[in-house]
Amino acid sequence: MTKSGAKKVLEIKNLKQHFGSASNPIKAVDGISFDVYEGETLGLVGESGCGKSTTGRSIIRLYDITDGEIIFDGENVHGTKSKNDLKKFNRQMQMIFQDPYASLNPRMTAGEIISEGFTIHGLYKDKKERREKVNQLLEAVGLNKEHANRYAHEFSGGQRQRIGIARALSLDPKFIIADEPISALDVSIQAQVVNLLKQLQKERGLTYLFIAHDLSMVKYISDRIAVMYRGKIMEIGKADDIYNHPVHPYTKSLLSAIPLPDPMSEKRRQRIAYKHTEVDDSATYHEVGDQHYVYGTADLVKTWIADR
Amino acid sequence: MSKTILEVKDLKINFKTYAGLVHAVRGVNFDLKEGETLAIVGESGSGKSVTSNALMKLIPQPPGIYESGQILFNGRDLVPLSDKEMSKIRGNEIAMIFQDPMTSLNPTMKVGRQITEVILQHKKVSKADAKKRAIELLTQVGIPFPEKRYNQYPHEFSGGMRQRVVIAIALAADPKLLIADEPTTALDVTIQAQILELMKEIQKNSKTSIIFITHDLGVVANIADRVAVMYAGQIVEYGTVNDIFYNPKHPYTWGLLGSMPDLDNDTDELLRTIPGSPPDLTNPPKGDAFAARNEFAMAIDYEQEPPMFQVSETHFAKTWLMHPDAPKIPLPDEVAKRIEGYLAKEAQSND
Repeated sequence: MTKSGAKKVLEIKNLKQHFGSASNPIKAVDGISFDVYEGETLGLVGESGCGKSTTGRSIIRLYDITDGEIIFDGENVHGTKSKNDLKKFNRQMQMIFQDPYASLNPRMTAGEIISEGFTIHGLYKDKKERREKVNQLLEAVGLNKEHANRYAHEFSGGQRQRIGIARALSLDPKFIIADEPISALDVSIQAQVVNLLKQLQKERGLTYLFIAHDLSMVKYISDRIAVMYRGKIMEIGKADDIYNHPVHPYTKSLLSAIPLPDPMSEKRRQRIAYKHTEVDDSATYHEVGDQHYVYGTADLVKTWIADR
Repeated sequence: MSKTILEVKDLKINFKTYAGLVHAVRGVNFDLKEGETLAIVGESGSGKSVTSNALMKLIPQPPGIYESGQILFNGRDLVPLSDKEMSKIRGNEIAMIFQDPMTSLNPTMKVGRQITEVILQHKKVSKADAKKRAIELLTQVGIPFPEKRYNQYPHEFSGGMRQRVVIAIALAADPKLLIADEPTTALDVTIQAQILELMKEIQKNSKTSIIFITHDLGVVANIADRVAVMYAGQIVEYGTVNDIFYNPKHPYTWGLLGSMPDLDNDTDELLRTIPGSPPDLTNPPKGDAFAARNEFAMAIDYEQEPPMFQVSETHFAKTWLMHPDAPKIPLPDEVAKRIEGYLAKEAQSND
């Protein structure tokens, strides 16, 4: 759980990411702000097209942002940077991608994929030392050193995702953005990968931004959760508060749609449909509990709290 | 007692590959009653999709081989039927809903025509009547402005709406049996919930039987009457939805149930995982196929394949743990705790 006074690793201020023409832009991310504290996992959930992946990609500089500020470790990520500064940043923040089939180069061995970062950053120039480091990483993610010489197609989906994780860890980052890292995997393998991510976090003090649409997994892995809808964060708070005391009607609707492995409660379940209320410019974040914020106009938030 | 519409007996399907003969389905038995939903769950490669495709005779031969078994649909065996005879059944008496609505619709054809195509193929009706029926179907699956939507192309629909169109096509000829192969896996939770509600409603109105293939146990709990858990080409546990979720007997089912986080899960404890990965079916292991991943495996598991043990009138499990001489293994803690929690919640809500 986030300790009050914990250090902010990442600060997002009014981030906007628009695509297309300036006259008729697609507002994929439309003014979001949040902080991520050291050592925590922030879950980012929402339906497809809500802008959650775009947010992750903007943070790691895969896109040039339209507006706003992203401050990582006290430095503006999107400011003009020299090549060296960029390299320094890249070592600190890494990403794990959704599709372990598409995100690994089929013409490189696992060892080459994992050590590519070393070449770029000029680390472990000694061959033996480098091989040792690769072996360590493979072992850390539950593979073994014989796997270093194999190509991606020789691995199963779960093993490929482990290689993706080893690659992300290779430069000892502080912060990892995991964009739907388990949704392409089988249930039994999902649990293995999630356990691995949790264990690595404990061992290495990593901070995660965990993007997913599987709400039960997000609840399990996250300390805090942000719920996104149409490019905006509707509600953000501690995982237990979001699940047990949601305030925003969208969050309630999303939670009511999760099927649980409990047939008797499934028979009784009532889905709450969501009807979006357009808000005017006065809408902002309202504090409704400890570290729990809801987006809306003052009047709306009042009525939502009343039916909580 | 409602009547049995489908009976699958000892179905075995192999595929010829360069690596050798893959035994994808290795002796599957189940039946389905009118108006009932059977969920088939399992990991990828467990043979659940091959089984469902086999029911429609959609396995290309070669490389596929129907090695043995019967598929009795309303008492008639489908296995020996020719393609021509099958095409009278496909889409007419048995219809299928696929996972990805974008690839199962024809992008160059208006959705209206994709529906009337099925009606005109199987029913003796005029084009005008077929159109009327198609618009009715679009209304039935909850598509607003059906007259306008009738003349649109699939790309003009959202993912959820496309899946509704696919369902409308499947329903076009009033099938007795609907096979849904992961119909909600590509959809968001909210849309998934809507599609599941729609399928249940259709079933209530028209007594259609449904075979629902999925790996999401939450979805199974929501929609199924009975559940078949598949592993390595075989059904390893089979029973009513309550049997499987509240009294699971097979260690593989325990693993599946334990690997899914629960909203009340303590975040400090690790999820239960099934170590390793499924066996290679070109060379299925001797004995119990699950033995290598089973922490409770006994010596016999590596020697001899377990038979289906009967747990209760409705409940069967294919594991040596059910043998009277086997040690009594209690449910793993995580699974037991969770089931207790559900039952307690149920008792509370009944008060």
